[in-house]
Amino acid sequence: MIDALLAMVPAVLVAHAPALLVVAPMLLAPIVAMLPNGRVAWWLTMLATGFSLLMALVLLAQVRSVEGGAILSYAMGGWAPPAGIEFRIDSLNSMVLLLVTGMGFLASVFGWTSIRAEITSAKTSMFFSAYLVCFTGLCGVAATGDAFNLFVFLEISSIATYVLVALGAGRDRRALPAASNYLLMGTIGASFFVVGVGFLYAATGTLNMAELSVRLDAVRDNKAVLAGYAFIFVGLGLKAAMFPLHQWLPNAYAYSPSFVTMFLAATATKVAIYALIRFLFTVFGLEFAFEGSSLIWILMPMGIAAMIACSFQAVFQTDIRRMLAYSSVAQVGYILLGVSLGTAAGVSAGLLHLVNHGVIKGALFMAVAGVVLVYQGTSLNDFRGLGRSAPWTMTAFGISALSLIGVPLTAGFQSKFALVTALLEQGWWWAAAAVVFSSVLAVVYMGRILEAVFFQAPINPNKRQKEAPLTILVPLWVLVAISLWIGLGGSFVIGLADGAAASLFGGGT
Amino acid sequence: MGKAMTDHHVILRIVAKVLIPFIALYGFYVQFHGEYSPGGGFQAGVILAVTLILYSLIFGIAPTMRAVTPVFARGVAAFGFLLYAAVGIAALIGGGNFLDYDALVDEPEGGHLGQHLGIIVIEIGVLMAVAGSMTAIFYAFAGRVSEIRDEDW
Repeated sequence: MIDALLAMVPAVLVAHAPALLVVAPMLLAPIVAMLPNGRVAWWLTMLATGFSLLMALVLLAQVRSVEGGAILSYAMGGWAPPAGIEFRIDSLNSMVLLLVTGMGFLASVFGWTSIRAEITSAKTSMFFSAYLVCFTGLCGVAATGDAFNLFVFLEISSIATYVLVALGAGRDRRALPAASNYLLMGTIGASFFVVGVGFLYAATGTLNMAELSVRLDAVRDNKAVLAGYAFIFVGLGLKAAMFPLHQWLPNAYAYSPSFVTMFLAATATKVAIYALIRFLFTVFGLEFAFEGSSLIWILMPMGIAAMIACSFQAVFQTDIRRMLAYSSVAQVGYILLGVSLGTAAGVSAGLLHLVNHGVIKGALFMAVAGVVLVYQGTSLNDFRGLGRSAPWTMTAFGISALSLIGVPLTAGFQSKFALVTALLEQGWWWAAAAVVFSSVLAVVYMGRILEAVFFQAPINPNKRQKEAPLTILVPLWVLVAISLWIGLGGSFVIGLADGAAASLFGGGT
Repeated sequence: MGKAMTDHHVILRIVAKVLIPFIALYGFYVQFHGEYSPGGGFQAGVILAVTLILYSLIFGIAPTMRAVTPVFARGVAAFGFLLYAAVGIAALIGGGNFLDYDALVDEPEGGHLGQHLGIIVIEIGVLMAVAGSMTAIFYAFAGRVSEIRDEDW
């Protein structure tokens, strides 16, 4: 089905897809910034992200055209790697690119009504421009095969993100301290990362990730390499909101504009986790990352701690968006727990959960954005009785909530089941028990919302029957449909995750 | 604030007036000599922005904003960025990879005109982007009006 795409798209686009995917939003960002009209800016944003999505599909088709996953290498400026900067697309990042561009496209479709309500019209064009820059950065991180280039793209996306979060100040002034916290933490994370890359460069003399992994073999015991490893791990961990380093996340998600929360929750931490996986498995290699430095005993306890502690924190929140934000940190815990296994099954489960959680959280925050738009409130009380006032929006919310908990026939069940299976294979029954316990906590905190939504009477009985507008409902139900499709089998996405994990472990599918 | 109050800044004003053209000139030197010595669009852009910042420190933010409007500064930044990306796209159209300067001009094997041209246009783009954004950031800070109304104090 996806292979037919290659025949339809012009050959030039197919050949340059890795670059064009990142260049299209980058090119349109300055144009959008200068537009006086926010509506035109919105159209161009949809055009750019839609084009990137098309390119991501083309890349995926190209990667899958070869048994076991092809590796596409695109030399920037015609300078051959490892000297030049290389965009390197394989099974792993073609999947991440599809997630980022897909969520980016759906976010920009739904964005207009929500942004118009929350951002002053004078800033709308600049807002879309910042969003495109953020999107460019995230795509760049996922596409590049150069360690320093990755840092640059990470900073491009992060700086745009700080701006986007701060723009929530129009609705809630607490967005400003949240953005400034995020800026401080994010900058520390980025500095750690770039220091680590510097150490690796000093030890090996190259920045190309594929070349790094080859040259690192000779200098395994070098102190600079070990220090660089630690710096990179902490730096990317901060960006990915790994458990004790997640303090910036709840406020940033709770106070930024609804649109930004939805996009960030679905993509930003996911891309950072991708970068972490890329460094752990491709650059440092399984043996170094896991056995040499017993990473397993850092990653696994932190994953479990995130699952338990942050789920508990989520239970006690009264603001829906904070609750979902804490739940996001907990979900990062699941992903890292899967990765910490260091087996193909574990990584595959982690990656599947990465995609699933992106889709699920995207849908949840999109539904919340619809509620914010129509009913102006994000506290648990504001959600009372909405099941009757806005059945379509809230049914989508309910299905996504069930999926987050991991009820059978939903996407969340597939990935949690895969995770538990992988854990039991290794004999980690206590970790599997932790997953189940954390899911029970998810039942509690999502249950509180669902109970308020579907079983309580509205505080204001005259609350009018009003749905979110169609531009929100359509992308929302697209996400719900994707999540149900994954849940009902969805061998396509599971196959992607398996292929990505297999490519990390050096074998074919 | 009458003119009398700023009179004791007369030395500053005269010195700034003399210095600003030279700072700007040095900026362009850093830009165009960047091919042979340390420098280039990034440093030159900052130096050019410094002339505007110095001017506004001495003569005030309002006249500076009249001379170089915030919209113009943003426009320059956006255009510089666009220029950079456009070179990359031009290389794509010329049949090379993104930013492959050799594909910009049709020349015999071993010619370097494309490389020269490419890097010069790129650096001009960087100059405009950096100078424009530095100025815009300065304006954003310096031109910020208090959001607390008088009666709220």
